[in-house]
Amino acid sequence: MSLSDFLSNATSKWLRDDGPDSDIVISSRVRIARNLTDRSFPMLASERDKQSLLDEVAAAVQQPDVQKLGRFELLKMGDLTDVEKQVLVEKHLISPALLEAQGGAVILREDEEISVMVNEEDHLRLQCLLPGYQLDGAYQMVNRLDDALEETLDFSFDETKGYLTACPTNVGTGMRASVMMHLPALVLTGQIGRILSAVTHVGLAVRGIYGEGTDALGNLFQISNQITLGQSEAEIIGNLHGVARQIVDHERGARQYLLRDGKEQIEDRVCRSFGILAYARQIDSKEAMQRLSDVRLGIDLGIIKGVSANILKELMVATQPGFLQKYFGHEMSPDVRDVKRASLMRERLRMEDGE
Amino acid sequence: MLCEQCGERPATVHFTEIVQGQKSEFHLCESCAREKGQAAYEAMVGAFSVNQLLSGLLHLDPTATQRAGAPASRCENCGLTFQQFAQIGRFGCPNCYQAFSHELGNLLKRVQSSDQHTGKIPRRRGGVIGARRELSRLRQEMHMRVVEERFEEAAQLRDRIRSLEQQLESQA
Ligand SMILES: [Zn+2]
Ligand SMILES: [Zn+2]
Repeated sequence: MSLSDFLSNATSKWLRDDGPDSDIVISSRVRIARNLTDRSFPMLASERDKQSLLDEVAAAVQQPDVQKLGRFELLKMGDLTDVEKQVLVEKHLISPALLEAQGGAVILREDEEISVMVNEEDHLRLQCLLPGYQLDGAYQMVNRLDDALEETLDFSFDETKGYLTACPTNVGTGMRASVMMHLPALVLTGQIGRILSAVTHVGLAVRGIYGEGTDALGNLFQISNQITLGQSEAEIIGNLHGVARQIVDHERGARQYLLRDGKEQIEDRVCRSFGILAYARQIDSKEAMQRLSDVRLGIDLGIIKGVSANILKELMVATQPGFLQKYFGHEMSPDVRDVKRASLMRERLRMEDGE
Repeated sequence: MLCEQCGERPATVHFTEIVQGQKSEFHLCESCAREKGQAAYEAMVGAFSVNQLLSGLLHLDPTATQRAGAPASRCENCGLTFQQFAQIGRFGCPNCYQAFSHELGNLLKRVQSSDQHTGKIPRRRGGVIGARRELSRLRQEMHMRVVEERFEEAAQLRDRIRSLEQQLESQA
């Protein structure tokens, strides 16, 4: 199979499509936790309990209200190979914790924009993941799925505590909303630390997508709400929205500054990185992420032309271990992986030449 | 190392149990660990990080420590004790919230900054709750109108409150 066929078959819609503000906001995600009444949470549930929960949820998905939202497929973790599971994690469709949970499963919509983890920490974790800045859209979609499932499932709900969850840090709305942002100019201009610490002071959490804190690989940061009780869904999303908008503005400002006050430097940096990705024969994931970030910045600033901006998110996922193994069809040691990663990068950049 | 309990399978679950200051170590195979219910909870303690934060909060609160030290309160539905919750930082089932409401004290408020849900209500099962929330909102609004001496609007609100109250009573 050619690389372009492989990528279009193997990647989720959020990885292929663009969205609003996608020069900075890579993706928007809303996840909500729901639990059924009277059943133990998965941590204490027996194998049989978990199977019966899964049966009940699978039946609920067959209901017309849910089917109206699209075609869904149920994948049991126990039926998947290690590589298949790894790829689901790399596409951000399931959490690594689901791999360790006995009796775990995921219900996926065809386009992979919607996924429901079953028997993770909570009975259900509904997720909508969209490209670019679409927090409202993601919440609306998850909300509709929640209503449709609630037609036949009895969710644990308390008038004062809201939706009851296994961990008290999720109780209330049970909702985590997050945006993944590419912030290379804020990192290059040294403003990132100040901005991130400000963010944590307003009840939001920041983490690197790969790696922690300001050393986030690929300059990718995820900003999410910490509080789930005492604020409505609209307030949570509104807060996150307000902060995300400001960060987008700061990043845009910093990019203009780089172009104005250090044009040669920034051109050299992104073109050098492009050269390395186009010709390297082996590259580790850390360097690959940094070079991809530079190239993406180069594309956004108009320095690199004729390369699609999607290359960052597509390759940041496609060069993870599970994806590499899936594409090349065999397990490999880390140093072989570095060689294959470089080869996949070169091939992907050549695809662009033909366009 | 072989499992201490059955002596047949390799011990893969290792944990320390502290009961009344007495520390004992266990090395069990998975199936014996599962049988020894307690073991399963304890073995999981290491896997989380939020729990440490939570149990830190619980232990910082002297009244919570006292309560946690008192004869264990236990959730009738799932069997989890409050001490186990304090260690794991996870509830065993939805009923735990009610079962441990006394011991939890203001934990939720400290973790979450509030202890009152103001967000979504389940569409199908939450009808009554939604009506009650609407009722209290209308009452507040009515009082404000009275204070502002906008009596006509207050009277309209009063009528809506009455009809909502009747609706709620007929459902109860
Ligand atoms: Zn044994
Ligand atoms: Zn319980």
